[in-house]
Amino acid sequence: MLMNLFKFKGGVKPPSNKLQSNHLPIAQAPMPSRLVVPLHQSIGGTPRPVVEAGDKVLKGQVIGNADGWISAAVHAPTSGTVLEVAMHIRPHPSGLDSLCVVIEPDGKDKWITRTPIDHKAVPPADVFHHLQQCGIVGLGGAGFPAHGKLTPTKGVPMDELIINGAECEPFITCDDLLMRERAEEVVRGIALFRDLLQPKTVIIGIEDNKPEAIAAMRAAVDAQKEPFSVVAVPTLYPAGGAKQLIRVLTGKEVPGSMRSTADMGVQVFNVGTAYSAWRAIAHGEPLISRILTITGNVHAPRNYEVLIGTPMGELLALAQPHPDTDGILMGGPMMGFLVPNPQVPVVKTTNCLIAHDDRLFPPKAPEMPCIRCGACARACPHELQPFEMYWFSRAKNFGKTQEYNIFDCIECGCCSYVCPSRIPLVQYFRFAKSEIWAREREKNASDQAKTRFEFKQLREEREKADKAEKLAKAAAAQAAKKAAEAAAAAAESSASPTPDAPTAPLVAATTDAPSATVTPENDAKRATIEAAMARAKAQREAVQPKNTESLTAEQQKVAAEIEARRVTAHLIEPEPAAPAPTSEKPE
Amino acid sequence: MDILLAISIMALGAVVLGALLGFAAIKFKVEGDPLVEKIEAILPQTQCGQCGFPGCKPYAEAIVNGEEINKCPPGGAEGVQRLADLLGREVKPLDAEEKPKQVAIIDENTCIGCTLCIQACPVDAIVGAAKQMHTIIAPQCTGCELCLPPCPVECIRMEVIPETIDNWKWKYPVVEIKAAA
Ligand code: SF4
Ligand code: SF4
Ligand code: SF4
Ligand code: SF4
Repeated sequence: MLMNLFKFKGGVKPPSNKLQSNHLPIAQAPMPSRLVVPLHQSIGGTPRPVVEAGDKVLKGQVIGNADGWISAAVHAPTSGTVLEVAMHIRPHPSGLDSLCVVIEPDGKDKWITRTPIDHKAVPPADVFHHLQQCGIVGLGGAGFPAHGKLTPTKGVPMDELIINGAECEPFITCDDLLMRERAEEVVRGIALFRDLLQPKTVIIGIEDNKPEAIAAMRAAVDAQKEPFSVVAVPTLYPAGGAKQLIRVLTGKEVPGSMRSTADMGVQVFNVGTAYSAWRAIAHGEPLISRILTITGNVHAPRNYEVLIGTPMGELLALAQPHPDTDGILMGGPMMGFLVPNPQVPVVKTTNCLIAHDDRLFPPKAPEMPCIRCGACARACPHELQPFEMYWFSRAKNFGKTQEYNIFDCIECGCCSYVCPSRIPLVQYFRFAKSEIWAREREKNASDQAKTRFEFKQLREEREKADKAEKLAKAAAAQAAKKAAEAAAAAAESSASPTPDAPTAPLVAATTDAPSATVTPENDAKRATIEAAMARAKAQREAVQPKNTESLTAEQQKVAAEIEARRVTAHLIEPEPAAPAPTSEKPE
Repeated sequence: MDILLAISIMALGAVVLGALLGFAAIKFKVEGDPLVEKIEAILPQTQCGQCGFPGCKPYAEAIVNGEEINKCPPGGAEGVQRLADLLGREVKPLDAEEKPKQVAIIDENTCIGCTLCIQACPVDAIVGAAKQMHTIIAPQCTGCELCLPPCPVECIRMEVIPETIDNWKWKYPVVEIKAAA
């Protein structure tokens, strides 16, 4: 089918280096010695661990439960024993650690009971829940939970569903091989997405340097009689960026401020995501493995199907790295980063491991001053002005960088690639962005602190005022009572009723003034204290431990233990002369 | 005659415009002192009193009245710099040591539940009840250290907030210095 293709501005053509790894079929990686599965593998909340050291787990068993809607469950990649739930280094440019579940495989690779669902027979909410429970996240980039992107935006009709098989980064061939070998299931996954999103058209975009993948996908689409169009897009980095692919295939320009492309009626999914979503629906298989390219400075570059959590060093060994390999690059050469050490595990978003050496990636010559040649601006696919953003990031003038739309930058690296002065522009942009985020966080925290502080002051003022008012009232009441008594006594003692009796209390009160301010006020204070104490006592007595009736023996034991601890604690720590609790008195 | 007309037109204009201005002054009245607010936006709102004033706002007011701008340790050198930029004053070194951001932690086994720390906390970041264990809501704690001195059993300590993946920042790119050949 012929289609009118559009062009995006900029872009670069780095050497593609894909031929090394795309001639061999996908191989199964052997079972690693142990698996380190980070709990946080997708955008959104960190899943909570539901296993502990010593637990036996089965392949596909949930080890971390999704935390909130934008979050996806994490599973045991094979059967075995949980060694620990502890902090381990995660593949992240920071080299910091995060909570991981370490599993020692038992070699049986025994599956948990898998429950496929029929997505056409159940409501969409159940399908979303199933995908979330199966841990399906975007495999192309940042790892956004798939069910989050499959929920249609209210009021915006879905025009195009775009399936991203462009794979524009050099060296990476995992999507290529996936489409060649498993096109049928990829297409079924796409049909699943189509059923959920109900778009008007479905377009599968594949870069024209992958003719076998295009042919395989066309054949699969025809075989299933789906109305999807498979489109070859010109090879130009970064054609696989979501916004670039949308531009090329639909001509739609996604504004930088738009948070989700769904607001424009377009949604983009990676081919790998479609494949694993289909496995989850049709076979009940959670996302526990993925296809990954191992290439670079190695003897035998190839694609492997690997378990999530496999240490990268063990995988690299499969491809027999040359002895001068000095590091592992995760992702491609344009957007990837060197992992902190070979023990870090493969995660759901790891698509490529490149053995790093000085021949493939010669050390950069030192940075020179910007000569304002404008090459970066011509290469930028987002039509930004990298040299301006660089200038202000360097000067830490972050407000200005935002004026130049630094948050539209997708960190594709085209600008750094073309810069004749070898300025690591992207590093400056990342630095500026994370500084801006940090400031935003600080600002929010300080605003919150300010409101809380002001509220506390206000509350203290109010408490003071309330107290004063109460005291004054009590004092007045006391004085009135006294005066009335006095008047009554006077009336009793004097036989003839005084005509000005009603005014007597007033007179008494005023004449008594100096002493009244002391005694009735003290009386009032004492009265309030006594009342408060009585209230507290009543409350204490009223409080009875609840739910103590139908306790199991075990619970009773625990309660008794706690009780015992309390007693000993009291023995060691003499009870303080508790001052009146001011802050939690419900006033 | 003409001149009278001209004068009356001008006078009428003056009255109308004057009324408009007067109305605008009431309608769009600026609440509070805008400079104090701008200064307050720079101060970190830790409410710790280390500047010698009972909170950030009083210090902001004092700055407007001529107080030095280098007295807020939580704001750090960067805070001084930003205040100097705002006020056009000279940058001065901080009048104290700069500390990393901290959070208070109560040793819950030792706490006797005296509630004194609750009363000291300027931002209500402590929860507890009389004779019950108290604890700190870490995200609300400003690290002001005001709850430390009142505790009779000294069970509150400060801990530096560790770097995690969530608050990690990309570092400033290292500028390599080229050796002169
Ligand atoms: S390509 Fe490099 S030297 Fe040229 S304008 Fe951009 S930053 Fe400056
Ligand atoms: S990294 Fe950012 S600024 Fe540089 S070319 Fe890519 S989008 Fe443009
Ligand atoms: S030292 Fe700084 S943070 Fe502390 S109260 Fe003063 S202005 Fe606020
Ligand atoms: S001041 Fe110390 S002992 Fe008292 S409630 Fe607070 S933490 Fe507990």
